[in-house]
Amino acid sequence: MSSLLDAFRLTALPAHAEAFRAEVKRFLRDHLPTVSADVRARSWTGFDAAFSRKLAQRGWVGLTLPSAYGGAGLDAFSRFVLVEELLAAGAPVAAHWIADRQSGPLILKFGSEAQKDFYLPRICAGQAFFCIGMSEPNAGSDLASVRSRATPGEGGWRLNGRKIWTTNAHHADYMIALVRTSGAPEDRHHGLSQFIIDLKQPGISVRPILDLAGDAHFSEVAFDDVLLPHEALVGEEGSGWKQVNAELAFERSGPERFYSSVVLLDLWADTLRRHGASAAETALLGSFISQLASLRSLSVALTALLARGESPVVEAALVKDIGTEFEQSIPAAIAAAISAAPDTPIDDELYRTVAYLNQVAPTFSLRGGTREILRGMIARGLGLR
Amino acid sequence: MFTEAIEKILADLCTPARVRAVENGDGALALWRALEDGGFLQLLTPESQDGAGLSLAALFPVLLAFGRHALPVPAAQSIAARALMQGCSQQPPAGMLSLAGSSHSDAEGGVCVPRLAYGMLAGHVLVNRGGDLLLLDCSLARREPVGVHASQCATLYWPRDAVGTPLGSNGEAVRLFAAAIHAASMAGAMERVLDMTLAYCNDRIQFGKAIGKFQAVQHQLSVMAEQVAASRMAAELAFASEQAVPAMIPVAIAKARTSMAVPRVTATAHALFGAIGVTEELDLQLFTRRLHEWRVSEGSETWWNGQVGQALLAQPHMTACEFVRHVTESTIA
Repeated sequence: MSSLLDAFRLTALPAHAEAFRAEVKRFLRDHLPTVSADVRARSWTGFDAAFSRKLAQRGWVGLTLPSAYGGAGLDAFSRFVLVEELLAAGAPVAAHWIADRQSGPLILKFGSEAQKDFYLPRICAGQAFFCIGMSEPNAGSDLASVRSRATPGEGGWRLNGRKIWTTNAHHADYMIALVRTSGAPEDRHHGLSQFIIDLKQPGISVRPILDLAGDAHFSEVAFDDVLLPHEALVGEEGSGWKQVNAELAFERSGPERFYSSVVLLDLWADTLRRHGASAAETALLGSFISQLASLRSLSVALTALLARGESPVVEAALVKDIGTEFEQSIPAAIAAAISAAPDTPIDDELYRTVAYLNQVAPTFSLRGGTREILRGMIARGLGLR
Repeated sequence: MFTEAIEKILADLCTPARVRAVENGDGALALWRALEDGGFLQLLTPESQDGAGLSLAALFPVLLAFGRHALPVPAAQSIAARALMQGCSQQPPAGMLSLAGSSHSDAEGGVCVPRLAYGMLAGHVLVNRGGDLLLLDCSLARREPVGVHASQCATLYWPRDAVGTPLGSNGEAVRLFAAAIHAASMAGAMERVLDMTLAYCNDRIQFGKAIGKFQAVQHQLSVMAEQVAASRMAAELAFASEQAVPAMIPVAIAKARTSMAVPRVTATAHALFGAIGVTEELDLQLFTRRLHEWRVSEGSETWWNGQVGQALLAQPHMTACEFVRHVTESTIA
C-alpha cells in the first residue's frame, strides 16, 4: 500500500506555470463567448471550432507538443493550468480537446516521421480535430474484445466493423481507432493495432446519437470495406493495446476528472452570497471546497510525476475514481439544497444547470474507463488478486 | 532522519500491548521518557534553545507515524505546546502537555475543558479561552473520565483560583494546532487501518480463496485507499507552510477532509474483518476507536467545513477554483 500512497506528495505548481495562468485568464476574458451557466456546464462536450481555432492561433492547442511541429513546447504543469482555467470558465473545449490531450501526444510518441510532419502541425493549428475509436457495440469496458478488423491486402488494409459512443466523431476530421489486425477476440490484448482514419473517405458512415439532455456529442461509426493506406498504421502492428495504455495516465489524472460540476458550484456560491446561506448550506459548500482542495493536490502531485516522464497509471485511476465521485455528488446535493424550501423561488439558470448536470453526471464515471474497471486497477495496485 | 528514528522507537516501544496497558493506566511514563530522552518533544523548538528547529512540513511525517502507532501519550500536543509557548515569560512545564482548542468559563471564573485529548494523563494543558492563552495545571483540576470505554479523554474543571492570568492572546493558535494534529493523527491511523485490512483480506480464506480475490471486496478496498490518499493530502496541506502555526483555512480543510473519511474507512475495515474486528483482542479497535474520537474532537467536519464555506462566501467574486488555488499556493512553502 505505502508505495501507492507515496506517489502523492504535496507539490506546488512551479512559478512558470503560474505566470502562464495570467496569460490564459487574459485570453479567456477577451475570447470566451458569453453564455449561460447551463451551456458552460457542457464545457467538455461543448463543440466550438471557432473558439478552438482562436486558442490554436494563440499557440495553445498541442500545448505540450514540440515547437518544431507548431506546438507550444510547454510542460505538464502548464497544461494543468490551461486545462484548469478552461474548465473553471466553462469554455467549450470539445473540438480540440482529444487531439490536444491524447491524439497529438500518441502520434508524437508512436507515429512515423511522416505522420508527425503531417498531423501535428495541423493539430496545433486547430485544423485537425480528432476522435478516438474505442468502444464497439459488443466491446465496452471489455475493450480487448473489439471485433472491428483491418485485413492486409493490396494497397494497404481493408477495415470493416463499427465503433460506438465515439465522442465527436460527427465533427472530427480523423479517428484513431483500436482494431484487430490478427487473431480473434479470444486472443484478447494480442493482435490489436491503431490506425489514423480520415473520416471523409468512402465507406464510412457516421450517425450522431442524441443523449438524454438533448445533445449529440457521441456517435456510431460504421466502416464498410474502408481502404486504409499502409501509412495509416500508428506504431507497430499488434502493439495497439500497449499504445492505448501508455496514454492513460495523461487521460485520467487531470483536472477534467473533478471539475465537471465546478460551473454549478460557482453559480450556487453566488446565489448563496446574494440570498444568504444557512449553516447547513455553508457547511455543504465548504465540504465541496475541502474535497476539491485535496483532489487538486492529488492531481498536481501526479502532474509532477508526468512532468518527470513517469507514467503513474494506477495512481491516475485512483484520482479519477474519487474525482468523478466528487463531481457527481455536487449536482445531487445542490438539487436537494435549492429545493429544501418549496416556498422559496429558485433561479431558472441555476435550476437548468443542476438539472442538466444530474442528467449527464452518470457519464462522468463512464468516460475514460468505468468505475468498476478503475477500482479493479487500484486493487491490483494495492497488491490484491 | 527524525522519521526513521521515530518509526524505530514506536515499533519497539509503542506496541499494541503497550497501547492497551497505557489505556489501562499502566506504562505511560516509560514510553514518555523514551520520547523525551530522544529529544522528540523539542522538534519544533529552535536550535538556539537545543531543539531540533523543524519546520511544520518536516514535523508532519512524525505526526503521521504517531497516528500509525496509536501513540497513547500526548507527544504531538506537547511538541506544539512548547512551540506555542515560545516567547512567553513562562518556560514550558516538564511532563505531558495537552492542547484544548476551546473551553467554557463558569460564572465564578472557573474553567472547564470538556473531553480533553489525553486528559487522563496530561500534567498541564494549554487552553484557548476565547482567544486568551492559558496554561493550566491539571493537578489542580477535578478530572472526570468521559465514560467511554478505554478513552484517554477526560473532562477537567479548574476553580477560579487555579486559573491564573493569560500567557498571551494567541489562544486561537491552540485550536488550529490541536485540530491540525488530529488531522495528521487520523491520516496516519487510517493508513494503518488500510494496511491491516489489506493484509487480512489477503490471508482470510472463505469459499476456498482469499476474500481479497472477490471483486466486491477489492472495490471496497480501492475506495478505502482513495479516502486514505485524499485524507493524507489534506492533512499534509495543514503542515505545508513555513509559518510557526498552521493557518486557519488549510487546517479547516485538513480537519474536515480527514474527518469526512473516518466513517467510510472505519466502516469498511470493520465490515471486511467481520466479527473479529470488533473484539478487544484484535488491534483494529485501537485505531478505529481513536479515529471516531479524533473525528469529533476539536470540531467535526460539519464545523470546519462551515468555516471553509464562510471564508469562500466572504470573497465577493472568488470562484471555487481560485479559492482552492489561493489557499494551496499561499500555504505550500
